[in-house]
Amino acid sequence: MIWFGDEISMEAYRQVLRLTRSLERVRGILNLHPAFASVLVDFDPRLRLHGEVEALIRERMEAGSEEQAAAERTVEIPVCYGGEYGPDLPDVARHCGLEPERVVELHAAADYLVYFVGFSTCFPYLGGLPPELATPRLSAPRKHVPVGSVAIGGHQGGIYPLASPGGWRLIGRTPLRLFDPQGSPPPLLRMGDRVRFVRIPKEQF
Amino acid sequence: MNRIRVLSPGLQTTVQDLGRFGWTHFGVSASGAADPLALRAGNLLVGNAENAAALEMTLAGGVFEFESHSVIALTGSDFDAGLPLWTALEIKAGDTVSCGATRSGARCCLCVRGGIDAPRVMGSASVHVMTGVGGRPLKKGDVLQIGDGAVRRLRKGRGAPPLAMSGPLRATPGPQADWFGGELYAAAYTVKEESNRMGLRLQGPAIPSPAGHMLTEGVPLGAVQVPPDGQPIILFVEHQTTGGYPKPANVISADFWRLGQLRPRDEVRFELVTIEAALELLQQQESWLYSL
Repeated sequence: MIWFGDEISMEAYRQVLRLTRSLERVRGILNLHPAFASVLVDFDPRLRLHGEVEALIRERMEAGSEEQAAAERTVEIPVCYGGEYGPDLPDVARHCGLEPERVVELHAAADYLVYFVGFSTCFPYLGGLPPELATPRLSAPRKHVPVGSVAIGGHQGGIYPLASPGGWRLIGRTPLRLFDPQGSPPPLLRMGDRVRFVRIPKEQF
Repeated sequence: MNRIRVLSPGLQTTVQDLGRFGWTHFGVSASGAADPLALRAGNLLVGNAENAAALEMTLAGGVFEFESHSVIALTGSDFDAGLPLWTALEIKAGDTVSCGATRSGARCCLCVRGGIDAPRVMGSASVHVMTGVGGRPLKKGDVLQIGDGAVRRLRKGRGAPPLAMSGPLRATPGPQADWFGGELYAAAYTVKEESNRMGLRLQGPAIPSPAGHMLTEGVPLGAVQVPPDGQPIILFVEHQTTGGYPKPANVISADFWRLGQLRPRDEVRFELVTIEAALELLQQQESWLYSL
């Protein structure tokens, strides 16, 4: 596990992204788990010793200068806000002291960044939520959050790629599928993608 | 055609290989055999590559009819099939293999020469039960195709591996080990009923929640995490890829197979070992496998 401090920051994000990219497709490394300020490197202990992997990581981190400007993508996510699709919109509005309409405007006007993808199957952790919209998670998680739910959890944004339990506040839903269990990734959203939410009427869902 | 007909699926029977690797940065954990030692040994006995897809049964096994002459191996726990375990067996066309309730641990693996020919998703045939990646547990009437992936001759085997299911689970310190005292190693825990391929939930004396600021970070197979209620969870093959609970320990690779054999209500203890000791135990296990 490599940590880059213990706060969510753009600097930590850049280091996480750089290290993750530099370790892709290295023999003996089975899996990479990037997060806000850390990368967990899962290696095969039959092929690599801990010290070897550590040395390799240090080498890659020091060589990090030739940072290739990875093509940045912006993905538009259509969202139907409120009503049955966003049952927590009224509560979020009340908590933030705003009209529900204003919550939607602010949410759809912001630029988001996929800090990393993790948790359970392609869940994108989005930075860039307008601070006015920060709302604490539910005290007791829902047993069933519908697939495609667009949600707020504290200062973060997220989209549920599969129906699952969850404690974030649901303000809308997208008809777009972030993940198809029958298909193969890459999934719709990847670490480093920019995201914009585009409001759609119920008829277009 | 070389096919297997599922006459009865058992409690939860899935197609498994060693899992899909290289997708955790998309939040997809490896899944794969709950007892990888049983899968690898069974495949080697029937002359497959060790990663070939096979059937993994849980607690109570199924009934399978073989349409043509086949060679199989049953490994892992004794599911009362009336057949010897840990050796290659010939099955005649039209014969059935009928498994029952377990007489030992939680899982039995049925490997077939040539492997199960199942669709691969992200490079693996493993079923990730919780998300549906790779398919679903078997149902009555399902028909499985036997592949032609055998790579070597059959082996008689050397009986069950000389490894004990009893004794504490060996673990190395987790990333937040310093936040905890020795509570995890002091008590016996019981495997809760709601355990599954995502996690083995344990019940025992509550471990005090440490004070500490923690961001969501990557979590691997075998991580022992302690949520605020103090009841540890061992992350298993379908684990989440990131999480925010502190982790005092991580079960060693050589004991992963034992996690797959734990049943609800089994007792679990932990023992702290060094990374060097963990590697030594892994090498012993690998030597046994390669002697097959």
